[in-house]
Amino acid sequence: MSEFTAAGPATPGDGRFGKYGGQYVAETLMPAIHELAGAYAAAAGDPLFQAELSRYFRHYVGRPSLLTFAANLSSELGAKIYLKREDLNHTGAHKINNCIGQALLARRMGKRRLIAETGAGQHGVATATVAALFGMPCDVYMGAEDVARQSLNVFRMKLLGTRVIPVHSGTCTLKDAMNEALRDWVTNVEDTHYLIGSVAGPHPYPVIVRDLQAVIGREAREQILGLEGCLPDALVACVGGGSNAAGLFSPFEGDRSVAMIGVEAAGEGIETGRHAATLGHGRVGVLHGSKSYVLCRDDGQISEAHSISAGLDYPGVGPEHALWKDTGRARYLTRTNREALDGLTLLARTEGILCALETAHAVAALAEVASDVGPDGIVILGLSGRGDKDMSTVARAMGTDLGLDGDRNSAAGSNGQGGGEEGDR
Amino acid sequence: MTRLRAVMDRARQTGRKFLVIYLTEGDPSPEQTPAIVSAAADAGADVIELGVPFSDPNADGVVIQEAMQRALVAGGGLHSALDSVAHLRSSGCEVPIVLFGYYNPLFVYGTEAFADAAKGAGVDAVLTVDLPLDELEELHGPLSKRGLDVVPLIAPTSGSERIARVEEFAPPFVYYISMTGITGAAFRGASGGRDRVAEIRSLSGAPVAVGFGIKTADDARSVAEYADGVVVGSAVIRRIASAGAGQAARAVAEFVAELRAGIDS
Repeated sequence: MSEFTAAGPATPGDGRFGKYGGQYVAETLMPAIHELAGAYAAAAGDPLFQAELSRYFRHYVGRPSLLTFAANLSSELGAKIYLKREDLNHTGAHKINNCIGQALLARRMGKRRLIAETGAGQHGVATATVAALFGMPCDVYMGAEDVARQSLNVFRMKLLGTRVIPVHSGTCTLKDAMNEALRDWVTNVEDTHYLIGSVAGPHPYPVIVRDLQAVIGREAREQILGLEGCLPDALVACVGGGSNAAGLFSPFEGDRSVAMIGVEAAGEGIETGRHAATLGHGRVGVLHGSKSYVLCRDDGQISEAHSISAGLDYPGVGPEHALWKDTGRARYLTRTNREALDGLTLLARTEGILCALETAHAVAALAEVASDVGPDGIVILGLSGRGDKDMSTVARAMGTDLGLDGDRNSAAGSNGQGGGEEGDR
Repeated sequence: MTRLRAVMDRARQTGRKFLVIYLTEGDPSPEQTPAIVSAAADAGADVIELGVPFSDPNADGVVIQEAMQRALVAGGGLHSALDSVAHLRSSGCEVPIVLFGYYNPLFVYGTEAFADAAKGAGVDAVLTVDLPLDELEELHGPLSKRGLDVVPLIAPTSGSERIARVEEFAPPFVYYISMTGITGAAFRGASGGRDRVAEIRSLSGAPVAVGFGIKTADDARSVAEYADGVVVGSAVIRRIASAGAGQAARAVAEFVAELRAGIDS
């Protein structure tokens, strides 16, 4: 069930999803991304690689992940709701699926070192994990503000033997971490693989990451057919860069009856301008190697994204989502910080599951989706990660200080106001 | 013929090595940019590479990042860069100007509208770090319709089949990034560059300027021994950053004169 298949329905040879995607990177990196595309195509067609990946998915990640019927939530919201439990993976989120696959690819290419960017720290932890597993040195770039608000994940990465490099440039968040990772890669491209954590970045990353995460949707499709004997009416997943949503959606793309609903972060409210709703309220632009929707000003300067969830706090989004938005194949909603917190407590109260703040945005959209599909309708929620990492942020937002974060000053205003002068544009 | 092509032709005929000086629009303020550009040109810069400040300059090292940040705070951007060029042209400054930058501000402006505005202001060519050869036509098309050029970048990692593609764009010169890395990194000496530059010149049919890490007159001289042109950026920006208030133009002029003397010695 966990086999990896490379041929997604829209795998473009030229790296385009309609007018989106492409390879907008420095010339120095072009040979490296061509090499990566070639290595990926070869690996995807190699049964040995697939078998190796399957073995790690099953015996290390713990796949297939469960598809849990959420009985209490279903009766409360009035639809049959299933949870695709990526929170039960090793390291607690969907990110590990991609990291295992890319680390195996890096090894095939003879790259000895891994680098990555991270926002919430989940991708950083997953990368640090595979680096330890495969014995590769690893540096993870993380915005200084995120380092402060995700101290637990920083500590986890360090324990795993990874060096965490705080990034003090720009807005000190995920986009700046990605800039710094690109600077590292352009300098050390000969021996280093840049393990991008989302379906963003230059081609072939959006395709590789989607294909590796598509194990989520393939399993879910088979599981729901087994449990219900039919396809679901709707899929719901949160969208920052968009990897867990792309992974859940893409195996259902050809099933036109299945609605695909992505949920972006509305931060403090769309009307405040302090949000991360790139698809909903951004414009077409070029950031970090691909053309897609971005949050930017009229003069083309990239805007700061805002969300209580560090993993959604990104002013770009994967190019395939941009295409799905334009064609109407997927629909994108937004939920605020406050609504996400309500979603988190709803799932905790009804199902005994503490989800990540990223996931909580998708939970917060379930009531709307449930009323669309009705009581007999079937909805699958992509439960992308568990919430342990967010407990101090959640507690603070609810007015309780757990005293867990080391650097209270840099974490001031954990919804994006920190960073002081450094964060000002 | 653009000012830039005229200067390239003259350099070829006379054997003069051309000196490209990078400056960031709006650093320390948009009001000072025209005077700094003029000062650099008067002191011996053959071409000015005028950097359009961008919020996410991920191919640049910390020196140019900080310059762009200062410029953005001071009100610099694509609009002010076009204004600076127009101002220079109206005051009679004819130094060739290559706009340097990242693609998003140009893309959001609209490539056709941008090409019109660049032509109208008196820009000669555009260099975008995040438009590799594979994506460059997107900008080259609109510019070439108006008689403006692109300046392609070639890296140490570029294979000969990529270098050969440069010819499609018939550029006034090619910018060879002398090492893998970001701007402002340590200069690793001139060795190895000689053969590469000869290869690029022969495959592209264009003169080759070498940049990245060149900080002193000695560095410039050693590169000018085999390159057609020399690009100096971060080292100039450092002079601006450490100059006293109102002294930026003078500091740049002094440094450019040193570099020029180094190359010509």
